[in-house]
Amino acid sequence: MIFRSDPACLDTGFSGVYHRRSALMLDISSHDIVLIGGGGAGLRAAIAISETAPNLSVAVVSKVYPMRSHTVAAEGGAAGVHLAEDSLDEHAYDTISGGDWLCDQDAVEAFVKEAPLELMRLEHWGCPWSRDPNGRIAVRPFGGMKKTRTWFAADKTGFHMLHTLFQTSLKYDAVTRYDEYFATRLLVDDGRVQGVVALELTTGKIQAITAKAVILCTGGCGRVFRFTTNAAIKTGDGMALAYRAGAPLKDMEFVQYHPTGLPFTGILITEAARAEGGHLLNKDGYRYLQDYNLGTPEPQPVLRSMELGPRDRLSQAFVHEQEKGRTVEGPYGPVVNLDLRHLGAKTINEKLPFVRELCLKYEHIDPISQMIPVRPVVHYMMGGVHTDLNGATPMKGLYAAGETACVSINGANRLGSNSLPELLVFGARAGSAAAAYAAEQKPPGRHLLAQALDEEARLQDQFLRKTGGREPIADLREEMQKIMENCAGIYRSGDSLSGAAGKLQELQDRFRDIRLDDRGHVFNTELISALELSCMLDVAETIAECAMRRTESRGAHQRTDYPARDDEKFLAHSLTYRGADGRPRVEYAPVTITRWPPAERVYGR
Amino acid sequence: MANRITIEVARYHPAHDEKPGFDTYEVPLRKEWVVLDALNYIKDHLDGTLSFRWSCRMGVCGSCGMTVNGVPKLTCATFLSDYAPGPVRVEPLKNFPVLRDLVVDTSDFLVKLGKSKPWIIRKVEKPLDEEYLQTPEELDAYKQYSMCINCMLCYAACPVYGLDPLFSGPAAIALAQRYNLDSRDQGANQRLDILSQHDGIWGCTFVGECTQVCPKNVDPAGAIQQYKLTATTEWLKALVLPRGGT
Repeated sequence: MIFRSDPACLDTGFSGVYHRRSALMLDISSHDIVLIGGGGAGLRAAIAISETAPNLSVAVVSKVYPMRSHTVAAEGGAAGVHLAEDSLDEHAYDTISGGDWLCDQDAVEAFVKEAPLELMRLEHWGCPWSRDPNGRIAVRPFGGMKKTRTWFAADKTGFHMLHTLFQTSLKYDAVTRYDEYFATRLLVDDGRVQGVVALELTTGKIQAITAKAVILCTGGCGRVFRFTTNAAIKTGDGMALAYRAGAPLKDMEFVQYHPTGLPFTGILITEAARAEGGHLLNKDGYRYLQDYNLGTPEPQPVLRSMELGPRDRLSQAFVHEQEKGRTVEGPYGPVVNLDLRHLGAKTINEKLPFVRELCLKYEHIDPISQMIPVRPVVHYMMGGVHTDLNGATPMKGLYAAGETACVSINGANRLGSNSLPELLVFGARAGSAAAAYAAEQKPPGRHLLAQALDEEARLQDQFLRKTGGREPIADLREEMQKIMENCAGIYRSGDSLSGAAGKLQELQDRFRDIRLDDRGHVFNTELISALELSCMLDVAETIAECAMRRTESRGAHQRTDYPARDDEKFLAHSLTYRGADGRPRVEYAPVTITRWPPAERVYGR
Repeated sequence: MANRITIEVARYHPAHDEKPGFDTYEVPLRKEWVVLDALNYIKDHLDGTLSFRWSCRMGVCGSCGMTVNGVPKLTCATFLSDYAPGPVRVEPLKNFPVLRDLVVDTSDFLVKLGKSKPWIIRKVEKPLDEEYLQTPEELDAYKQYSMCINCMLCYAACPVYGLDPLFSGPAAIALAQRYNLDSRDQGANQRLDILSQHDGIWGCTFVGECTQVCPKNVDPAGAIQQYKLTATTEWLKALVLPRGGT
């Protein structure tokens, strides 16, 4: 850790300690493996490398301090077979049917087998899992899961997992952190990815970091949409880096709307609230999910039924209720009510303390005595950088894991509580695979430096030295978010999507005329906003393009003009490449089916 | 409620400012807006050069700690309307070097956190198919300390850290204690030396500013007092039983 304390500490009379500082402009460093992103997947990968190949030097490059990563916000839990009455096959079946048969079944089989071991590893590392009275790990029900298998740390599971991983990672000396570095480009030579160029936020310095392998763990891109549970940092950076370097993005048309977000803020109210017995009610106080082939209402929660149905179906049911005029009109648009009152204060305080805290804080509502207004909100990307079971992309030297990646275990709709174990299982796999690969590679070539200098020149020309631009960043970003929400939301059509594609292309043109007021090198967050917007525009284009081409409805991708699933044509992954003209080009790859042939998705019976 | 409110924001750019100053902005006053929403409004619509950190906007990532009207706060959990009719003064967290505007350098904390060994230390590990049983009561023994989000409000509030930057500080000590009290851990002795060797821990007067400002109801002051007690007991033990009894 370097302390940047210039000799002259200014006596300003203000609170805080002020130093004068100046910026360096280029620096080069070298490691065996570079990880981009320090959330759950990145930290799990870093630890996997340190444990399997302690001689390798690992760099973790993250645009925020690792414990700020969005894994921190995951609430409900992490699925892994735990009870004697459960089985790996049942977890696999729930995942595959939940994903509307678009999951690669070999990946799902590996996932369900390794998830309990990975969760237990977290237990050994100190994760404060909630416990049964006898001291065993407790599990709770979750949406779309036929058995009770979701491990949880109250309703702050992601927070505890991330801090456990981060704190555990501190004991490995081989891990060098580049905290608050924003990755702007992958270094590619001879078809192999061999490093990254990053901008150090605190100084504005450009850092070229060469490596034998790069692992992308940058999370999703929910910020492409206007209304999302996702943190500000979730701007699809890793997806864009891979896409620009030539790697394909897989199944980007599948965007998960979580059915229960708070209006205005988009803050997530965890599915655990329904797993503990919460009811979704329309304006008449009616449990409307019974009208959408999701089962019949029972007083107690029933697995794979009603409020414990899958997220895609619940979010779609909301739209139909809205069309029927049965939602409640709130100050920020239509909502339904999530009713937890019958659970009582004890259950709410013990199992859902964060839900109560968030409702009290942000809605001035106490769920013990009042219903919570909720609406569907963009939550998760099923799609991502195309990888195999070991996190390897089609580009040599490039790996990906976590929400950035698409292995694919989530298919057309991810089940709640599968993403946390996913980042552990595939973070570890990607780390081990990259370590094995790196051990056989020669050191990166010297001429990568030329690429780094090119990138520095690009950043200078397009952003820092640019003058006279007219388009405000915030305006372009808001327009993109509106386009995506209006045209590529829960229900889409060919017309809405081709409209979106055209408008996004216009935004790409206007982006070239972006207005930048900040010329500073130190912590230039305006520059970062611009770089993030450019990533989001690229990613948004891929979503619109492959959604337009998938003329069927499956899972979270619902086409009003093609309402049925079409296994004949579309039991296939979309792979979106960046074409020579900069526009997305879509190809298809087969889905791996091992033991569960495509069938109807059945819930509530 | 008036529909506008005045915000005074501390500004400082190291390349061209000798001293920090304040810029004043007028922003809409909406009942659901937090201070962070006002800063984002300024950045998006009034002044793109304003720098600050934020991410989750739900009080769990710990990025957006700042000084609001003199008090360390998470700006995503601090409502603008609570300061009406204004003005609201937003400054960087105290006790840290200011990088720019509202952004402070907290890397010192990460060094201290690492030194406090915040990971499970065991002589022998169980195999992965076995769990360490931990009753809900054993979980409760350390749970509150595990809720620390590293937001640094406690360091900004700590009078000892303000005077003595070598002090490990509230969050690092609370997180060390989080592992010490975990029934799965056997590393308390290894953490003791690091945390009690510096005078800082003895300088803490149990005024408890750290505990008062914690947005997650962690009690770092309690952890520090426990540490003092343990350190004293160990010191006495070493005195009475020089060969290192139990």
